[in-house]
Amino acid sequence: MDFDFSPEDEAFRAEVQAFIAEHAPKPGDDAGVAKWHAAVREKRWVGFSWPSEVGGGGGTISQQVILKDEMSKAKAPSLGSCFMGLAWVGPALIEYGTEAQKKRFIPDILDGKYQWCTGYSEPDSGSDLASLKCKGVRDGDDYVVNGQKIWTSIAMWSKWIILLVRTSGDGTKHEGITCLLVPMDSDGIEVRPIQNMSGGSMFAEVFFNDVRVPVENRLGSEGEGWKVTVSALAHERSSIAEVTGLQRTIGSIRELAARCQKNGKPASEDPGIRRRIAEADTKVEAMRLNGLGALTRQLKDASLPGETSVNKLHRANLEIELGELAVAIQGERGPLDGAVTEEDGKWQRLALNWPEVVIGGGTPNIQRNIIAERMLGLPKD
Amino acid sequence: MNFGFTEEQDLLRSEARKFLDERCGLDTVREITEDASGPGFSRDLWKQIAELGWVGLTIPEAHGGAGLGWVDWVVVLEETGRSLFPSPLISTALAAHAIARFGSEAQQAAWLPRLANGSTIGTVAVLETGQVPGVEGIDLRGRASADGLTLSGDKTFVSDAACADLFVLAFRSETGHGLALVEAGASGLTVEALPGIDLTKRVGRLSLDSVRVGADAVLEAADAEAVGALLDAGAVAVTAEATGAAQAALSLTVSFANDRVQFGKPIAQFQGVKHPLAEMYVDITSFQSLVYYAAWCIDEGHEDAAIAAARAKAYASDVFPRIGIDVVGLHGGVGYTWEYDAHLYLKRAKWVRPAFGDADWHYDRVAQLGGF
Ligand SMILES: Cc1cc2nc3c(=O)[nH]c(=O)nc-3n(C[C@H](O)[C@H](O)[C@H](O)COP(=O)(O)OP(=O)(O)OC[C@H]3O[C@@H](n4cnc5c(N)ncnc54)[C@H](O)[C@@H]3O)c2cc1C
Repeated sequence: MDFDFSPEDEAFRAEVQAFIAEHAPKPGDDAGVAKWHAAVREKRWVGFSWPSEVGGGGGTISQQVILKDEMSKAKAPSLGSCFMGLAWVGPALIEYGTEAQKKRFIPDILDGKYQWCTGYSEPDSGSDLASLKCKGVRDGDDYVVNGQKIWTSIAMWSKWIILLVRTSGDGTKHEGITCLLVPMDSDGIEVRPIQNMSGGSMFAEVFFNDVRVPVENRLGSEGEGWKVTVSALAHERSSIAEVTGLQRTIGSIRELAARCQKNGKPASEDPGIRRRIAEADTKVEAMRLNGLGALTRQLKDASLPGETSVNKLHRANLEIELGELAVAIQGERGPLDGAVTEEDGKWQRLALNWPEVVIGGGTPNIQRNIIAERMLGLPKD
Repeated sequence: MNFGFTEEQDLLRSEARKFLDERCGLDTVREITEDASGPGFSRDLWKQIAELGWVGLTIPEAHGGAGLGWVDWVVVLEETGRSLFPSPLISTALAAHAIARFGSEAQQAAWLPRLANGSTIGTVAVLETGQVPGVEGIDLRGRASADGLTLSGDKTFVSDAACADLFVLAFRSETGHGLALVEAGASGLTVEALPGIDLTKRVGRLSLDSVRVGADAVLEAADAEAVGALLDAGAVAVTAEATGAAQAALSLTVSFANDRVQFGKPIAQFQGVKHPLAEMYVDITSFQSLVYYAAWCIDEGHEDAAIAAARAKAYASDVFPRIGIDVVGLHGGVGYTWEYDAHLYLKRAKWVRPAFGDADWHYDRVAQLGGF
């Protein structure tokens, strides 16, 4: 057991810190954000884990961890602006894309030229994603797509969609799924935004009506779509950046508790509140250490299948608990909004936006199934 | 960066597991612990584990120990926990730990070799009535006398009190807190074994009526902070055993759930069974990570040592009792029987909960040590 990084890694950390100090913009400085994106792109930190042949940074696993950790600590803006392109479209292209596809899409993803969205979920296919029905029928050099997607985040602002369609009804439900890359301005696509419970609107329904997609836009072979997306989703393991973010949230809640009164005293002196914060702090520390354990196995090429679900469950519980705690600490101001609340309704929003984490990334029950089946070897239900 | 074990540590684990599986399976554990007139452990096996070096694992080689660290010791404790191995191992090693850390050279030379080779059984006596599991709860008085100390007061929840030859006992004096070495049989000392529900853990009570000890029996460097560090070490040791015991309880239940068929399928296929097992896995993995880090902090003398111990014990004390209950419940009727092993883990969990501080106590410490 040894928590030190190698001297080369520590040198890298120092480089990251110095870079952030020089380039990270102050909050609210939009022009600074654009400059930051250009600077990190030039530094090859966008797509840091990607091979250098495709324009990535070729960073080692431990350097990725250090980079994320330092950025999160410094509250630096993200690396790159094409969130889903960087998270899974790019990795899927690197593994399954043709040379032409890589040339066409990867530089734009790294440069953040436009947004990608993800068309997986359908009204009748959520957790059971492989049951999806949106149809792709081969017609000459095109696929003709008909059907509907839903919960498609940022569909209304995206130029491309990575889409799963059913090209065959034969075999198991996982077979017969094909992955297509589709321009959002194609004829026959209609986007209808959906408002969420906090009043915001960042996801949408997407309808496909005889949309023609050239075969050259197929990612992977026909019927290989499940493999293409699963491998791309199984990317991030160490959850280090999330831990740093959660630690920061707990720090802010401690400050919040010191400002708010409970039973005539600062809430930070209330034993019940203190224990809830301490318990959250302990769970986050467990996540940090679980993550380091997973990272250690990853470095030894001995990752356990499904181990990321342990921290995903913690994360889901914490996301809900921290929002609840922050609102509860505000007492009768908890259900209010705007200027009368602490920090202009920031915590009320947190308490209403947990589904982004808790449902958006695979629900807790699905994580429990993954742990039960892959870690404990229990049968599928 | 390596949050894993060395090859030597893996070997230590597999040797410990092999020894315990071969020599002290649960049938043997029951035979030893259900004998109401016996000491609650096997003196023969005690000798053998002392020879294997487990008792003196962290004692310096110069004093007859193996000179290894707490991370190594946690490896052994996970295995003794997994086997519910009944012995005064933690108690004796904690007594030795206190002497090694806070005793004089002479005290170390006098006691450590005997503790390491198992010929002297030791334990620590810190807690008293009043349910304050920290230094603040120590009220046993030490009055300075011409040639040492006179100790008066009571100690409750003393592990392995009835079989101990040596007590490392926390006291309060005019000048502060300290630790004194009191031998069994000292005049004025009454030791009473208490009945308990976890037969694999024996607990007793001490009552001291003007027990006189010489100046050479007071641990030189022991102050309030030292007593606190000793309690943290105890919390880490107990949590390490809890990790192994909880994992054993989980795997017992996993195999039962795979075998037991109802409604035409293994009950493991019902999410009402599957999901609590997944939650157990998450919790056990998590307090295990916390206890590994806490052990590492002790070895490194790291500034996180106290908060890391508090986090590990808080988490374990909070979830292990629930795991014990779920393990019994998921078995149905057979889980409630004396003959089936599930209840052994439930009882261990009840013993673990208050040992060296419960979840509330430790979460309060996390808040305090974290500067809330
Ligand atoms: C904010 C947000 C953003 C999203 N963005 C995208 C996106 O960009 N692209 C995209 O494709 N999708 C997106 N999604 C969709 C998301 O992936 C799905 O919501 C999620 O997979 C759950 O599917 P569902 O909503 O259909 O719920 P269902 O699958 O119908 O689940 C309903 C309930 O049943 C439970 N359940 C389902 N199956 C089981 C089972 N086998 N065992 C036990 N319980 C079960 C679930 O846990 C849940 O509580 C987003 C969702 C959210 C909330």
